[in-house]
Formats: sequence, C-alpha cells, structure tokens
Amino acid sequence: MNINTQIAKTYIITNKKLTGVAVAGVVLGMSIYIFMNSMLLGFDKASSKSIFKTTPHIRVYMDDEISKPLVSSNGKQMLLVNPKIVPAKNTIINPGLVISTIQKMEEVEIVTSQVNANIFYNSGKSQITGLCSGINPEDADRMYAISSTIVEGSLGALKGNPNGILIGSGVSEKMSLRENDYVNITSSKGVNKAFKIVGIFKTNNSVIDKTKSYVNVLASQQLLKEGNVYVTDINVNIKNPDDAEKIAMQISASTGYKAEGWRQANESLMAAQRMRKIIITFVSTTILLVAGFGIYNILNMTITQKINDIAILKAMGFKGNDVVRIFVTQAVTVGVMGVIGGMIMATVIITLLQHVYVGGDIGYFPITYEVTKYIQGVVVGMVITFFAGYIPAKKAANIDPVEIFRK
Amino acid sequence: MKILESKAISKYFTDPVEFQVLKDISFDVEKGEFTTLVGKSGSGKSTLLYVLSTMDTDYKGQLIIDGQLTGSMTKDELAGLRNEKIGFVFQFHYLLSDFTCLQNVMLPALKLGKLSKDEIQERAYQKLAMLGLSDQALKLSSKLSGGQQQRVAIARALINDPLIIMGDEPTGNLDSKNTRIVFDIFQELSKNYGQTIIAVTHDDDFASKSDRIIELKDGEVIRS
Repeated sequence: MNINTQIAKTYIITNKKLTGVAVAGVVLGMSIYIFMNSMLLGFDKASSKSIFKTTPHIRVYMDDEISKPLVSSNGKQMLLVNPKIVPAKNTIINPGLVISTIQKMEEVEIVTSQVNANIFYNSGKSQITGLCSGINPEDADRMYAISSTIVEGSLGALKGNPNGILIGSGVSEKMSLRENDYVNITSSKGVNKAFKIVGIFKTNNSVIDKTKSYVNVLASQQLLKEGNVYVTDINVNIKNPDDAEKIAMQISASTGYKAEGWRQANESLMAAQRMRKIIITFVSTTILLVAGFGIYNILNMTITQKINDIAILKAMGFKGNDVVRIFVTQAVTVGVMGVIGGMIMATVIITLLQHVYVGGDIGYFPITYEVTKYIQGVVVGMVITFFAGYIPAKKAANIDPVEIFRK
Repeated sequence: MKILESKAISKYFTDPVEFQVLKDISFDVEKGEFTTLVGKSGSGKSTLLYVLSTMDTDYKGQLIIDGQLTGSMTKDELAGLRNEKIGFVFQFHYLLSDFTCLQNVMLPALKLGKLSKDEIQERAYQKLAMLGLSDQALKLSSKLSGGQQQRVAIARALINDPLIIMGDEPTGNLDSKNTRIVFDIFQELSKNYGQTIIAVTHDDDFASKSDRIIELKDGEVIRS
C-alpha cells in the first residue's frame, strides 16, 4: 500500500466518529438525490402515460384560417377591414392520400383517422352532453389501449357494427345504462340516432368517463351529416414520443396541414412538469451539496488538528502533492462509503414507496429504480466529495512547516 | 569533505518593518562534524537553521548541500533532498500521534521507497533498539514519556541514514538525564557513523561538549 494511502487510512480509522458523521451526511444526501430524481422520472412517465390514454403523439388537423385583408375579384382590389375566420369546413381533403403520406415516414408507428362530434346522450328524459369519437377500433386500440380500460362488453363488438357504441362508466352510471341497452344520441347537426351499447370503459379520469364515447368512423360521419371522406383529425403515434414535435413539423411540411405534438397540446401539463423538474433538481442538488459541505468541514477540522503532522511530513520530504493525496484519499473514501450507503438507502426508500397506494388513475406510487439516476447520483456525489476534499487539502499542502515549528 | 556550504546568506524579515535577520553568513561544515549553533534569543540562529534545512527558501546567497546548489531547485526537489539527506529533530517531538512508534520511524523510509517494507521494518527496529526503545516499538507514540518520544523522533531522523541531522533545540524540553542521553547519541552518531550534526541550542554545557561552536550575534557569525 502506498504510504499516502496508509496515512489516510489511519486518519480515517482513528477518527471513527468524524468519519461516521461525514459518511452519514453523504448517505442521506445521496439517497434523497437518487430517490427524488427517480420520483421525478416516475411522475413524468405516469403523467405522459395518462396523457397518451386520450391523446395521440401527434394530431394532424385543418387549422382555422383567417381571411386575407386584400382580395382581388373581377380585376378589382377589395380591402376587408375586419378579417375573420373563414367559415370553411374543418375537414382534411383527400384523407387517404394524407394518411399514406404520413405512413411512409420512418418513425411513424400508427396512423388513424378520427371524426369527433359533440353530442347529447338521451335516455328517457335525461340528457347529458358529451363527445363522441368516431374511430377505427383496431388502430385506436393500439393507440390508446382502449381494451385495457373496458369493464363490460368488448371493443371487438364495435368492429363491423355501425350501430355499436362504447360509453364511459360515468355516462353509464348517470343514465343507468348497461351492455346491450340502447342509447339515443343527438348531434349538433340535429341528427338523431339510436346506438346499441357494446361495451363500457373506465379510465379513472372522471371527466373522460363522464363524457366520452367511441363509435365507428362511419357512424360519427353520419351524426355530422357528412360523407365517408369527411375526416377532421388524423392521429399519429410514433416510435419515440419525445420526438413528437420534430416529426410534427415534418408532417406539417409534407402535408400542408397543421400537425401538433402532444407537448404543444398539453402545454399547461408540460409547464407543471417543467416546474416540478426545476424544484426537485434544485432541492436534491442542494441536499447533496450540503453533504459536500459536511465533508469539507470535517476535513478542515482534521487538517487543523493534524497541522503538526502535516508540518513534520513536509519536513521529512513529503511533497505538496503527497499531502493533497492524503486528504483527498480521505474525502474520496468517505464519498465512496457514502455513495454505496446512499444507493442502498435509495433502493430501500423506492421499494417502500412502490407499495404505497395513491389511487386515481395512477394506482401505486409511480416510482421505479432508475439506473440513469443512480449513475448520475454517483457521478455528482463523487465530484462534490472530490472538491470538498480537494479544497482543504490544497490548503494543507500550502502550509509552511517553518511557521509551525517556530511557534 | 565539505557536506554543507553557506555562502553569504542574508535574510530579511519585512513584517512589521524591514529588518535584516541574517547578515552575509558564510561557513562550511565538514562531514562527521558535530556542530552547534549558539547565540542569544533573536540572534538568528533558528532562522539560519531553517534556511540550512532547505525548508525556508526566502533568502539571498548560496546554500550547497552535498555538492548540490539548492537555490535553483524546486520545492518538490528540495523535499526529495530532505527526505534522503537530512534528518530532523525538534524541541517538540512532532510524532504522529495516531501511529505506533515503529510506524513513525518507518515513515521517511517508506516515503523514500528504496527498500521493501520488511527491510524498512527491520531497520526501524534496529534504530529503536540502538536508542533503547525496542520494547516500546508497538505502542502508540502518544503513550510514551517525553524523553522516550524525543528518542523515537531521533530514530525517525536516522532511518534513511541521512548525511546531516539538524536539531532545533533537541534537548530544550528534556531533563538533564535525558539531555545527556540525547547528547551521547549525537556524539556516537558523529564519531562512529560519520554523520554530520548541526544543532541549535541554548544549553552552553551541551554546546561546549560539541566539536564546533558557531556563535551568532545580531545575525552575524562572531565565532566559528
């Protein structure tokens, strides 16, 4: 063993109490850092999961257009003083071509058209407003995993049944509707149509459960008094949801329709997520820094105590770097012990929290063992301990032995 | 053979006011000489010793140790030179209290790294035995009496067989019996082992028995 390491080891062993306190500080800082960052990632995953239950990664639609202020007609220029939204149809022209264009893109996984209609559910005298999504059952299931939320009936029964409907559990409770019952639907265009309930779904998101229903695209086109090429939305899922904004721009460019990524569509949720990230990063890093200050303090104390030792070591021929090595070795040893302890403690905390039930559509506390956060924690922790050791060690290395001997 | 040459060494203190503490000090020390530096408080004898020890590099003039001019060496090179060629004994023992006597004695040799650990341990035992401390070897250095601690410090100074042993009041804290023991050790080292000793002392009796006395007054050599 190198002589510097041996001296460092002796100092660590003879100063058990101080070493223990410093290690405990790092263990605490480390475990909180890993735990909080894992929690953050868990929250983000849970919230995007719940977003993707009802939102596609990218939504392609016809944006409202404002009329141009200058119009030329019959060779005359006309000036509009109050340009407004053009009352054009919000429909995608030639949806088949648009879908096949998008499908050719490499990162795209699922493309499906959707026709949404605002409707009333009528049953006897009671009436509830709601939203009816006309979908292609197979594609929509792959996109939103609808079949995993079904509590009665099945999604399969919707296929090939133009009069079938899937309703949310809230709607079913309010109107006391069960599978195989009929529900009368009135659309905003005044179309009345009776649907047979083929299934009931429950997402645990009460707003959706109380308003939403799924029908075949064809049925929803009928509700809107439109033909079978009428498509309002094309929904796209891609391989990596994080690339949504980038790919949305490509789609926009190649199709000419507005394509919106899920982050843009859920801006307020994203803002909350960013805020959460800032707070947690700030708090967890601060805690780790405080642990670093602990090491710094304790090492400073050791150096003050051992100032005579340092002076005589330097007189005997130990170089400045040897002194730095002695104390940095101490700090790094404390850091390694603390980091290992911290990882164990973080694992224990995460395991405990995974068994805490929080309810709602989240269920159990959304936290997993995030390997990247462990690695990140170890790196940050070691860097902080290194500097917490290096700064006082450098000071020790600059001690002038003559000054000590002449006191 | 000249082991140490001091050529016109001057040193100034600037704090609180400029003051010349050493004035053109020149002398040589021969190999195997037992030299004592004496003088009243403030005569500059300790300051001179620290300049000679290479720990204090803030001076004018030339210092040559074992034929090497030290002025042009870096701090790390000087540390290496001290490690190999100079042993130190101070008024206070400066032993590392967390280590046993044996470990304390071994430290400079482990730093030098020329011998294996077992050989170093063997040598450290020999040095401790020579100083009558073989039974104390495995005790923590802080558990020993003052006289014993000073002898451990001497054993530590000897471990690398340095060319020069420098002492700053090595007997300053010792009673007359221990003072005599330390003096006898120094004398034996210079007579039988040919080691050069330069010691600062207040003790006129101690100085008078040495081979050579260099007396300083107000930063000047008045007897050498």
